[in-house]
Amino acid sequence: MKLRKVSAASAAVLALAVTATACGGGDKKDSGSSGGSGGDKKIAIGIKFDQPGLGQKTPDGYAGFDVDVATYVAKKLGYTEDQIEWKESKSADRETMLQRGDVDFIAATYSITPERQQKVDFAGPYLLAHQDVLLRADDDKVKSPGDLNAAKLCSVTGSTSAQNVKKKLAPKAQLQPYPTYSACLPGLQNGAIDALTTDDSILAGYASQAQFKGKFKLGGFKLTNENYGIGVKKGSDLKTKINKALEEMVTDKSWDKAVKDNFGPAGYKNEPAPKIGDIKS
Amino acid sequence: MFDFLQDYDLAGAVWTTVQLAVLSAVGSLIWGTMLAAMRVGPVPLMRAFGTAYVNIVRNIPLTVIILFASLGLNQTLGVTLGAGGDFKTINFRLAVLGLILYTSSFVCEALRSGINTVPVGQAEAARALGLGFGQVLRLVVLPQAFRSSVIPLANVLIALIKNTTVAAAIGVAETALLMKEMIENEAQLLLIAAVIALVFVVLTLPTGLILGWVGKKVAVKR
Amino acid sequence: MSSVLHDAQGPRAKRRNIVFTVVFLAVFAALLWWVFGTLTDKGQLRWVLWKPFFTGTEAWSTYIWPGLQNTLEAAVLAVVIALPLGAVLGIARLSDHRWVRVPAAIVVEFFRSIPVLVLMIFGLALFAEYTGVSSDDRPLYAVVTGLVLYNASVLAEIVRSGILALPKGQAEGAMAIGLRKGQVMRLILLPQAVTAMLPGIVSQLVVILKDTALGGAVLTFPELLASANTMSGYYGANVIAGYTVVAAIYIALNFSLATFASWLERRLRRGKKSTGAVLRADDVETADAGAAGKV
Repeated sequence: MKLRKVSAASAAVLALAVTATACGGGDKKDSGSSGGSGGDKKIAIGIKFDQPGLGQKTPDGYAGFDVDVATYVAKKLGYTEDQIEWKESKSADRETMLQRGDVDFIAATYSITPERQQKVDFAGPYLLAHQDVLLRADDDKVKSPGDLNAAKLCSVTGSTSAQNVKKKLAPKAQLQPYPTYSACLPGLQNGAIDALTTDDSILAGYASQAQFKGKFKLGGFKLTNENYGIGVKKGSDLKTKINKALEEMVTDKSWDKAVKDNFGPAGYKNEPAPKIGDIKS
Repeated sequence: MFDFLQDYDLAGAVWTTVQLAVLSAVGSLIWGTMLAAMRVGPVPLMRAFGTAYVNIVRNIPLTVIILFASLGLNQTLGVTLGAGGDFKTINFRLAVLGLILYTSSFVCEALRSGINTVPVGQAEAARALGLGFGQVLRLVVLPQAFRSSVIPLANVLIALIKNTTVAAAIGVAETALLMKEMIENEAQLLLIAAVIALVFVVLTLPTGLILGWVGKKVAVKR
Repeated sequence: MSSVLHDAQGPRAKRRNIVFTVVFLAVFAALLWWVFGTLTDKGQLRWVLWKPFFTGTEAWSTYIWPGLQNTLEAAVLAVVIALPLGAVLGIARLSDHRWVRVPAAIVVEFFRSIPVLVLMIFGLALFAEYTGVSSDDRPLYAVVTGLVLYNASVLAEIVRSGILALPKGQAEGAMAIGLRKGQVMRLILLPQAVTAMLPGIVSQLVVILKDTALGGAVLTFPELLASANTMSGYYGANVIAGYTVVAAIYIALNFSLATFASWLERRLRRGKKSTGAVLRADDVETADAGAAGKV
């Protein structure tokens, strides 16, 4: 009989594990399936989950400039905050998510580029950012973009900013890829890495975190122009509505408030609100 | 049809994979043998260390170990393994180190099971001749243990060859990373997958067959 | 303490042991000292970075628990799908018909010789290109696909060796009383083999659980390891602290699974009703490896 007891015990353990995860999975499915259609009064918005200052998952929900802009736009489209479903849209997934209708629109440090415009439509831009580098505050080895050639850079695996530096700005620079930007920071602090490169808006979010105050500085090189737009499905009528909302956001000063709330502590000198359709190349 | 391959350094990536595998194999064989010696040895503290090491290390995902090697050992503790400031070399060496630390726990277990197959009489006879622990292990037990561990060790080696792909997590330019890059830039998904699959089949299948044959050949007949 | 390899120790050996112990301790302590000293210097041990894990539950409920749920979901799905598939493949390899045996062998050997990571990357691209799976689920599907393809072939080997490990008399006896091939397998061999394989299957779970981490590091699967990344953006780049906690969780989970497996194994070995054929948990751990123990 011993054998049977053992088998029963293991079956029980397995069953427990299955139900435990099934519950977890169930919750996720519920919130995932209702996105897309406006009929049941829900709107699915794609943002980043791991970029402080722009889109960051926090214990109290989601925070950042992209999140504020998206919330404002959603409100103008007739959705309350409770009706928004936030979804993580990783850089590589963004076009597919829009094309397939997984989300209604995406505000996730989404730069307007001609290649992307072939696949999706953009409303905005709502922010003009620039690719830049984050350096140690006491480091003056890197004074101009040309100095990056001798530097050790860090960025996120597969990010366009990393490829940009490699291809155009500093072909001789060394590049360390990590799964997330925060992984670059210990090395940057210790001198194993000279510069973390991506959009200055993202860098500012990191530089402003309490424990890094005064330790890092932005290079201020303005290596590229990144016109953040709100991505929508190709041919979607949302584009004009979102553009209108974005215009209102600037005129009623909510835009300034969002900038101040999110970038203020970072001392990030943002560009003035861009005009709709004014894409700087 | 295979034109797209010209834009990529497939041979270089495969060569990196092979180097990763060979260096880690040698390293983990050495470190794994030392661990096995500790685990069966007379010093209680070393025995405890060996046991703890094996139980901890083989329960952590290799991905975590390799990320730790890069992020903790290199970026925080400043270990460069003599590579100067060149990321490519550093990451390669860190990946080898991570693979050694991980794989050696499996080598240790394979050897320990090999040691268990050596009949008690062998060690007893050796001790009766007046040999000490080191001599018993070196001259009598390990040579036989190695011979009967060839097949388990071959399995560990095959796993190691496949595990080298995890080095992609810290950006070592090996075969899996190249595959990812190719998939992102090229349209021939199935073709790419077939090529990469072929690479690994060619690397692992013969290894398994040859070592399996060697294992049968050298096994101590009892 | 004595074992086969060494006698109970005399005075000289005892002295030598003490020397070894002291030297080993010194080296070990020096290493720890250096690690902790440098970590403190570099500010990685500051309480701010570790606080989220030890005070309050928000770090656990916001990041770690959802990540762990995804890890477990992927692992359990992979086992549940891979088990029957592996059983079918394993039995197919034992078939009397060449046209069943050979294809099964090819499938098993092929998927055992390809890295799980390669299978996962391929799966992700495949689902994106040819199916309607939404981006929420795609990484999960890819991870599970990779795990199932690989582990089904490993489990196939476990099943095969589990059946082969049964005493020959079992099959012979069954045939002698007139059972047919299918009946021999279904009524006699499989029920016994399944109990014999249990420890092996449980320890294969350890391998599966560890492999889910690949999905977090290289694909975009929001599992336990990836949750440490998301979290580090909020808690000020506490990546080292985050990965340490995550590693501890993996160790705790896998260690209990492994302990459970060897307990099962001991239990089964002692059981009087068993045929004595038990696959050792260790055999299969090498299968981590890509080849079930008994080759």
